[in-house]
Amino acid sequence: MLAEWQYIGIFVALSPIFPLAPVVLNRLLGPHRPNPIKQQTYECGIETVGDTWIQFKVQYYIYALVFVVFDIEAVFLFPIAAAFGQLDLFAIGAAVLFIFLLTDGLIYAWSRGVLEWV
Amino acid sequence: MDILDLLKSLLSLSLGDFIRRNFGAGPGTELLIDIGGVVILSTFCLLIVIFLIWLTRKIVARMQDRIGPNRVGGRYGLLQTVADVMKLLSKEVINPAGADWVAFNAAPLLIVMAALLMWAVMPFAPGVIGVNLNIGIFYILAISSASVMIILLAGWGSNNKYALLGAFRAVAQMVSYEVPMILALLVPIILASTMSTEGIIAAQTLPFILFAPVSALIFFVSSLAETGRTPFDLLEAESEIVAGFHIEYSGMKFGMFFLAEFLNTLFMSGLVVTLYLGGYRFFGLENWVSADGYPYGRLIGLIAFFAKTFLLYFIYDWVRGTLPRVRVDQILNFNWKFLVPLSLSLVFFVAIVDKLIPPGTNVVVRMTIHLLLNILIAAVALELLRRRGRQNRLAMSAGGGSGGVEAVAGGHGGGHDDHSHHGPQPIEDVPDVLDTPLGAREPVVIPVH
Repeated sequence: MLAEWQYIGIFVALSPIFPLAPVVLNRLLGPHRPNPIKQQTYECGIETVGDTWIQFKVQYYIYALVFVVFDIEAVFLFPIAAAFGQLDLFAIGAAVLFIFLLTDGLIYAWSRGVLEWV
Repeated sequence: MDILDLLKSLLSLSLGDFIRRNFGAGPGTELLIDIGGVVILSTFCLLIVIFLIWLTRKIVARMQDRIGPNRVGGRYGLLQTVADVMKLLSKEVINPAGADWVAFNAAPLLIVMAALLMWAVMPFAPGVIGVNLNIGIFYILAISSASVMIILLAGWGSNNKYALLGAFRAVAQMVSYEVPMILALLVPIILASTMSTEGIIAAQTLPFILFAPVSALIFFVSSLAETGRTPFDLLEAESEIVAGFHIEYSGMKFGMFFLAEFLNTLFMSGLVVTLYLGGYRFFGLENWVSADGYPYGRLIGLIAFFAKTFLLYFIYDWVRGTLPRVRVDQILNFNWKFLVPLSLSLVFFVAIVDKLIPPGTNVVVRMTIHLLLNILIAAVALELLRRRGRQNRLAMSAGGGSGGVEAVAGGHGGGHDDHSHHGPQPIEDVPDVLDTPLGAREPVVIPVH
């Protein structure tokens, strides 16, 4: 079990090298003459107005919230699916009830108009 | 040490066994084999992208009635991507003023890391796999959802409004399409009763696409959105927000995002092959072991895997060359109001039906029952869509015009013809054109400035 994760551990430790090497090579090979004009924020040739890091349209956050509910609930379905062969009908009934609850959450979000793009 | 032994091991893709034979089994040897495996796998992934970019450019060019790269490296432009890499390497690295240095520089590294790490559980041939985790599919999902965070990191760190827009779109879209993807993935896991990628392939005496074509289709569509490819490439829509989240990146840092995108697409093709098309299976030939104990069948398995994977990759490019981009509300409606309910009901019915089939039933019978169930679900879904589309068309012709916002994709063809009722009012027509659902948009004449 641990021997399996040894490979993943080595992979995580070594994998930064592969993207880092070309980026560093690029820094060494490429020219480097920064100036204020060049470093300006790109925006269709005119100077950017105001701050970028602002509070943003709430719709995006709502989708993220709905997703969190679904994701956590779907995570619980994975062990059920993996052990599917060994489960009896009662356990499947419980899992089906669980999917019903998921559907209920979706119907609630839908009826409250959360899924409308405004 | 024997040269012939080494050559045979190389040809039968069992170099690990060769090392164990010659250096003795032990934790040190295993560590060596693991490090070698990581280096070989990562190098392969980085090099195959050079070929993939050339392939995509050629395929898309042919679909758009162009020739594509044809100068550098002979008639077929084979060295075009190599030249592009050289160019990227010699470009200046620009750090935009006001960017968050850590987030801005960490994002290109992390996104390639995430793209590489997923390959650890991809089975190329019997025994040729980074590591056969018992929670392989779960591991893939964990890594692939991390890429949402990385894209947000890149967009937020760039201090650019287009980049921020692209990042927000990416989060809304990728996060949404992860739900049907997870639910569709549950179907092969239920059918195979395991989360290990090799276990799923071992369970496919008949490929799972015959058991669950609807699940395969849902997975394919949501993987298009997950990798941010056309028609779901809103996160980098060139014509709207220039390049989306990687607008401020230059040189090789941009190249890293590009690399990760192509690597992810190939990975998704490989995952579809693994889950639904039987992976490296090729009529049992992939398990062939020669008389002197070398598993040469692995080579056949590898060829079968890549043949299937590149076929899938061609389909991804085909979609890219065919479909136009869809609007953000259409994307999200299509997901939450069509794909999620469909995949939920699919998991629901597959779970019940598979439990009702007594264990030990002939696999063909089991397959037929599942296939009929899938066809039934697809037919019901299409009928519901058709009715909804008819309602929307009626609402639009009654003068509402806003019915299209509610609409899910598909089944709305011809809805735009009803505008003759409005009379000659071209200004009122504009919101109607925007509200026309996916696929029913009329050609719009763009004024030339």
